[in-house]
Amino acid sequence: MTEPIINFEKVSKWYGDFHVLRDIDLSVAKGERIVICGPSGSGKSTLIRCINALEDHQEGRLTVDGIEITDDVKAIEAVRKNVGMVFQQFNLFPHLTVLENLTLAPMWVGRVPKKEAEERAMAQLVRVRIAEQAAKYPLQLSGGQQQRVAIARSLCMTPRIMLFDEPTSALDPEMIKEVLDVMIELAGMGITMLCVTHEMGFARSVADRVIFMDQGQIVEQNTPKEFFANPKSERTKDFLSKILSH
Amino acid sequence: MDTALRPPVIARPAPTRHVGLLARLRKSLFSDWKNALATIVVVALLVRWVPEFYNWAVVRSVTQPDNDACRALDHAGACWGVIAEKYRLILFGRYPFDEQWRPLVATLLMVAMLVASCTRVLWSRWLVAAWIAVLAIFFVLMRGGVAGLTPVETARWGGVPLTMLLSTLSIAAGFPIAVLVALGRRSHLPAIRSMCIVYVELIRGVPLISVLFMASFMFPLFMPPGITVDVLVRVLVGITLFSAAYLAEVVRGGLQAIPKGQHEAAAAMGLSYWQTQRKIILPQALRMVVPSIMNSFISTFKDTSLVTIVSLYDLTGSLALALGGDANWRQFYLEGYLFIAAIYWGFCFAMSRYSQWVERRLNVANAH
Repeated sequence: MTEPIINFEKVSKWYGDFHVLRDIDLSVAKGERIVICGPSGSGKSTLIRCINALEDHQEGRLTVDGIEITDDVKAIEAVRKNVGMVFQQFNLFPHLTVLENLTLAPMWVGRVPKKEAEERAMAQLVRVRIAEQAAKYPLQLSGGQQQRVAIARSLCMTPRIMLFDEPTSALDPEMIKEVLDVMIELAGMGITMLCVTHEMGFARSVADRVIFMDQGQIVEQNTPKEFFANPKSERTKDFLSKILSH
Repeated sequence: MDTALRPPVIARPAPTRHVGLLARLRKSLFSDWKNALATIVVVALLVRWVPEFYNWAVVRSVTQPDNDACRALDHAGACWGVIAEKYRLILFGRYPFDEQWRPLVATLLMVAMLVASCTRVLWSRWLVAAWIAVLAIFFVLMRGGVAGLTPVETARWGGVPLTMLLSTLSIAAGFPIAVLVALGRRSHLPAIRSMCIVYVELIRGVPLISVLFMASFMFPLFMPPGITVDVLVRVLVGITLFSAAYLAEVVRGGLQAIPKGQHEAAAAMGLSYWQTQRKIILPQALRMVVPSIMNSFISTFKDTSLVTIVSLYDLTGSLALALGGDANWRQFYLEGYLFIAAIYWGFCFAMSRYSQWVERRLNVANAH
């Protein structure tokens, strides 16, 4: 097996006295697509937020794309250049137009000239099928459109890893599909994806591996086929019965 | 339950109401007895006071600088003659009388520059260059000593140019300080955070008058002998630090209103701390507190009148100087204060309108 692109070694994290990640061991191969699920408070968001150092871990080693995550600001900024993230609440910049949202990081972090950054941005907007909204402000768009803009914004930095933190949880039901369609398309591009979601249909169709977390631990991981057909632990069975029962 | 499909309802325009002026007035001014009572009380007060003020200010007033005519009025009418007599002393303070074209030109230049700075199409690098040039010309004109201009020491500067200089410079220098202090108070570095907290709490805990006293009288005691800093500069630093402390809290309020997700999104994209503040956080935070920022600016502008107590004669000080030194005109201070009040009001009202315009313009992005 080649060198993993993300490697957790006995990573632990506490919020105050609460042990939110407990000795996590996980390695992710380049190009792998992983769906992480689990009950709320299980640490799944925290886990992926450690990867781009939005959360710091207190014990263990975490290496991303060959760089160990420490409190060295330069190392963290280097990692973040190659890791895109999509948030539950979109977190677009409301004072900038859609196009400006997309060109900001390439211009200021990647030092790309404005014209080139705009061309790249338009290409990404076309990819997420929202090019005609480029001049609008984020709050003038629907939730689904905003989330697609957020995805396009991350892609503008040509990341090697994409993190999705419950990207469809804040959306109206009729908008979930348009976002999932874009994510499915991305999955075919060979980019490494880690996605926290409860969209089990998405997990079935694109994930290489499904990880189930509970109480800060990885309880079970398997291919989607095996995971849904033969869950091994009682906790997983219980969880699946709750989210798949209707 | 009726399950049959109903025919679709076609959208139609909202009903319009045609109401006459009388009915509208009735609705807005006399809708119920409380509203009617308020209307009657306000109208009664207007009827009682407006004609009286009009008679005093216009009908029975004396506009000529005629001291005998003014005295004959016995305050039954306004003596605007005092303004006609003293306006140069009020507007330019103790500045040498024959050289007063210099502060006039300097003030006009400054006003032109302020108006230009408020105009959207002129915002560019050139504006900064123009400001440096105008401030340089301002100082050369006021101070003299070059190009055949007689030197005038800063202690003799006064009136409107002094008020404008103090407020413009203390606002311009105070604003960046305020932003840095506001950011510093939210820093995760304890040394910087506590320094900013001490600064704000210390300055906010004392009145401006005592800051001015310190700047004017105590500061020189701590300087090594032989080194003197101009009183104008010391006072300017005092006002700047004072207003920056208040403004910092206003800015901090704006910073706190920015959701955590904005910081996270910027960080996730690899933006550094300063890039994040400059491009993401401050533009949103500042526009949120535009009214409060303008509030601070207006109050700094008016606070400059306190420099009188350290013997600098700004607009307010010049008025006291102009009337206090002349027994013939001293009794007409009310007219004098109304005059400078009108000047202050003109500046403040312009600032307030400008802030409203800025707010409207910035709200475009937040229109849903």
